[in-house]
Amino acid sequence: MREIISTGNDLAAIAAVDAGCKFFAGYPITPSSEIMHTISDLLPAAGGVAIQMEDEIAGIAATIGAAMSGKRAMTATSGPGMSLKAENLGLAQMAEVPIVVVDVMRGGPSTGLPTRVSQGDVRQARNPSHGDYRSITLCAGNLAECYTEVVRAFNLADRFMQPVIVLTDETLGHMHGKAIIPDLEEVKAGIKPRKRFDGDPKDYRPYGVGPDEPAVLNPMFEGYRYHFTGLHHDSKGFPTEEIETCRKLIQRLEDKVMKHTDELELNEEFMCDDLTGEEGEVLIIAYGSVSLAAKEAIRHLRADGIKAGLFRPITLWPSPAKRIKELTDKIKNVLCVELNIRQYTEEVERVSSRLDIEGLYKVNGRAISPYEIVTKVKEVF
Amino acid sequence: MAYNYDKYLRLEKMPTLWCWGCGDGVILKAVIRAIDALGWKQDDVCVVSGIGCSGRFSSYVDFNTVHTTHGRTVAYATGIKLANPDKHVICVAGDGDAMAIGGNHTIHGCRRNIDINLIMINNFIYGLTNSQTSPTTPQGMWTVSQKAGNIDPTFDSCEVAIASGASFVARETILNPKKLEKTLIKGFQHKGFAFFDIMSNCHINFGRKNKMGSAMENLAWIDSITIPKAKYDKLTPEEQLNKFPTGVLKYDENAKEYCEMYEEIKKAHQGKRGLITQDDFEKKI
Repeated sequence: MREIISTGNDLAAIAAVDAGCKFFAGYPITPSSEIMHTISDLLPAAGGVAIQMEDEIAGIAATIGAAMSGKRAMTATSGPGMSLKAENLGLAQMAEVPIVVVDVMRGGPSTGLPTRVSQGDVRQARNPSHGDYRSITLCAGNLAECYTEVVRAFNLADRFMQPVIVLTDETLGHMHGKAIIPDLEEVKAGIKPRKRFDGDPKDYRPYGVGPDEPAVLNPMFEGYRYHFTGLHHDSKGFPTEEIETCRKLIQRLEDKVMKHTDELELNEEFMCDDLTGEEGEVLIIAYGSVSLAAKEAIRHLRADGIKAGLFRPITLWPSPAKRIKELTDKIKNVLCVELNIRQYTEEVERVSSRLDIEGLYKVNGRAISPYEIVTKVKEVF
Repeated sequence: MAYNYDKYLRLEKMPTLWCWGCGDGVILKAVIRAIDALGWKQDDVCVVSGIGCSGRFSSYVDFNTVHTTHGRTVAYATGIKLANPDKHVICVAGDGDAMAIGGNHTIHGCRRNIDINLIMINNFIYGLTNSQTSPTTPQGMWTVSQKAGNIDPTFDSCEVAIASGASFVARETILNPKKLEKTLIKGFQHKGFAFFDIMSNCHINFGRKNKMGSAMENLAWIDSITIPKAKYDKLTPEEQLNKFPTGVLKYDENAKEYCEMYEEIKKAHQGKRGLITQDDFEKKI
């Protein structure tokens, strides 16, 4: 392990370069701009390219272009930028182009609170663009995860051949502190490049894969000439309206993720081991920077004799439905804490089949304090 | 003997979805002949297209091909070119693609002078979606969204490209395929942003409602509004009104190309301490 004193935004940039990212295209937007600033220093030295584009749409379009050509590529933005990038995220889903998008969340809707914290993009990250597909969204909960989740995002993008969104927030992005992260050699050893086809180009079917498998897209300019499109397409990537081909394609986009959620799921359970389901126990569900306050609140609650634990999803979408169901079946008092109004609570309600989930929501651009969580727990349970 | 295009075509995709008599095919053939004349290997070429009739261009030619979202061709191409500076990138866009929804990307691609070739197929209309007004539709013309006649002033796309900083700007029509091919070769060879406004007919969705229902009538009208640059320059401003010069309108061989400039950036970052590297952040524990 190594120790870095840095900010969440810088750590995200360093992680990308360590994970083999060779292309970054972005556009200035608070509070994510520092990612572009830092990666513009690091990438050219590492033989890559970082470019500031003319707008958010061009930022993701150039990123997808570089990824289509075979490079690991990333862009970073915040809520308004995510809204602008939505259409092209859809193309990357449809054409199965692996990219990483870091969204440093700020207050919304619209221009909202540019310099303040929020978790308002959680619901958007589930389906930023129209149509049927499964978005993969990771959420960093501390400084070290601003690094590790970006690395994981690159590997998952190449595994599932689709965009992976990493959510952080203004608090983490600008927090300056110590992070203990894996050694560079370990990160490099963990890089799993995307699959490729090495046979005769005549036999190459980039989208002709099994019903729950991602496309196999070879790098451009290497003798395997094929077609990318956002239209419904056949096994070679060419537009088609053939009924069964269209159905199978969209079903495959669903199944390639939902039949392999075990490869995606990552949660933290903090002080949950001794929760047995007896009366009075409290389960807090929180993610992102809020979980830092939740952990502190749990220490206080336990000192006051209230047995509390934290369940923290790190992969937000697809949600860890089975584990949430197990915990919420066992523990009666459940409190979701979010910097938005019910965006993940509704998912917890759905997967737990319970409508008595309590919530603590804050949408004024300020971080939540441990005191507020302790007070809420004592008030509702 | 007639030129054989088979090597460069995806024959299984023929016939094209373009209407009978459409000019897009003339442009497709000219692009193929130009690439062939330059001896570019098919594997080294990437063709990027947008949305509309011109968007289908990329699926018919046997290169590395990308069919992008509406208007974003140049932005996608910028990523492809910067990540692969030694390869050839050709964008094919319509007038709506390049001048309306993607106008910003066209402007900034020109400004960067990145070595991308943008072929704008200019048929003066949104043809695929049934004749809506485009930025190049002449004033007074019938469109389905302005049936009493278009009141929007017309864009001179080459003026836009020149003002934005493209180092090679040309306008041709499909009336002279040989000249078109020559101009394409010159622009493709040029290191820097090459913008081509290629005027083409859409007699089905533009001509029919504007008293030029056949391809020939539509092309005769294009012929009447275009004048070779040398002749055009001698006209008075009144005579130049609503006419468009053809030929190479700007050719600056000395303008710095973006990918080459970025190589300098790489050297600066690799050579100099004082710029941040990862060592500045790290401490082993």
